[in-house]
Amino acid sequence: MVQKLGHLKESPSQTAGPYVHIGTTPNWVEITGVWKDDLGLVLVSPDTKGERIIVKGRIFDGSGTPLKDALIEIWQADAKGLYNSPQERRGRADPHFVGWGRQPVDGATGEFRFETIKPGRVPFRDGRAMAPHITFWIVARGINTGLHTRMYFGDEEAANAECPVLARIEHKIRLSTLVAPRTEENGLPTYTFDIRLQGENETVFFDI
Amino acid sequence: MSDHGSFFQRDRSWHPPALTPQYKTSVLRSPRYPLLSLENTISEMTGPVFGHDVIGPLDNDLIRNYAKTGDPIGQRIIVYGRVLDENARPVPGALLEFWQANAGGRYRHKKETYLAAIDPNFGGCGRAITDQEGRYSFRTIKPGAYPWPNGVNDWRPAHIHFSVFGHAFAQRLITQMYFEGDPMIWQCPIVSTIPDKAAVEQLIAALDRNNTIHMDALAYKFDIVLRGRRSTLFENRMEGN
Ligand SMILES: [Fe+3]
Repeated sequence: MVQKLGHLKESPSQTAGPYVHIGTTPNWVEITGVWKDDLGLVLVSPDTKGERIIVKGRIFDGSGTPLKDALIEIWQADAKGLYNSPQERRGRADPHFVGWGRQPVDGATGEFRFETIKPGRVPFRDGRAMAPHITFWIVARGINTGLHTRMYFGDEEAANAECPVLARIEHKIRLSTLVAPRTEENGLPTYTFDIRLQGENETVFFDI
Repeated sequence: MSDHGSFFQRDRSWHPPALTPQYKTSVLRSPRYPLLSLENTISEMTGPVFGHDVIGPLDNDLIRNYAKTGDPIGQRIIVYGRVLDENARPVPGALLEFWQANAGGRYRHKKETYLAAIDPNFGGCGRAITDQEGRYSFRTIKPGAYPWPNGVNDWRPAHIHFSVFGHAFAQRLITQMYFEGDPMIWQCPIVSTIPDKAAVEQLIAALDRNNTIHMDALAYKFDIVLRGRRSTLFENRMEGN
């Protein structure tokens, strides 16, 4: 026998189940009057600095069917590449931008749609700049442990080409699963990020 | 940036794998490629922080926070515990959100089809933020077991769902709490997605007779452990670490 390290084990994950919205966005499922606003629905206020963008998409299962019951959270830096977090040591982020959003996908179409700002670049561990990105976390019935991925921007080809995280992806054919093409909708830059849980063009998910 | 402050790697053998055929919905919703391992960058080591001001006075009282005409039906319970990290340090300021079925096993949700009655006085959601010692508590009624479409006769054991925000997005966790002594825990296809019996036991709240409220509520203790972070042994410790 040897001495014990004394670390605790992380509580194991369990699926969020079909009723995740009751606890996370109760107003959205018509449980009103418990608390006023669902957290995370609005990211941007008139005072937020940065370029307004739309991020939208759907999540598809292995049969190509869009999930109608998933919950998505996003986490991103502000326009200058600073996170609004006590762990951020490089400066003070825009006080008018939390950088966290949460949304149930649409119950009929499976679509999500975040109105946010384009994040600035943040450094990799060795100081090199990563390309601008938004972290996604996806939970749903049938997903046993929440899935982490990143959305990169289709109009940031040069930055994407030198991003140290994207460079980790051995199978270059899979890179495109993380890059959202840009279009314009109602005058706003719109990035479409479709996520495929399984099958052809399965999205790259990270063990972070 | 060195390893300093980054999180211990998630023990994927302690968590359920993505593909667990006994839980049928996982079959088409599980990635087939391995996850791409990524040492934490600042994108994962940071995360949103919620102040105590987001919490209303009844948010942690599911007996009262939806009541219309009286108290909800069912056994009154207190759930309490601490949020710790893998270094056994308390996690203060952690936001917990919880949701559950009512005493009959029925959720207040339009897609729910179980015929057990909706309780007009029970919404089934609540939230709390941990104090400086990582403690939280809430009051609720004990949820009932319920049948669900998987096998033709599968039932969920009584459980409460938990969503937890620590200090970093890497710590984000959703899990479920079960109740001591429930034989149905060991017959559940969702519980059994967790391969290790000791890991399942980590999700079973202990009945705590010492903390019951006299003539009012039973108490269950449920501690939650989030990922811990490295501190470099030969450098100054990071703040909050
Ligand atoms: Fe449930």
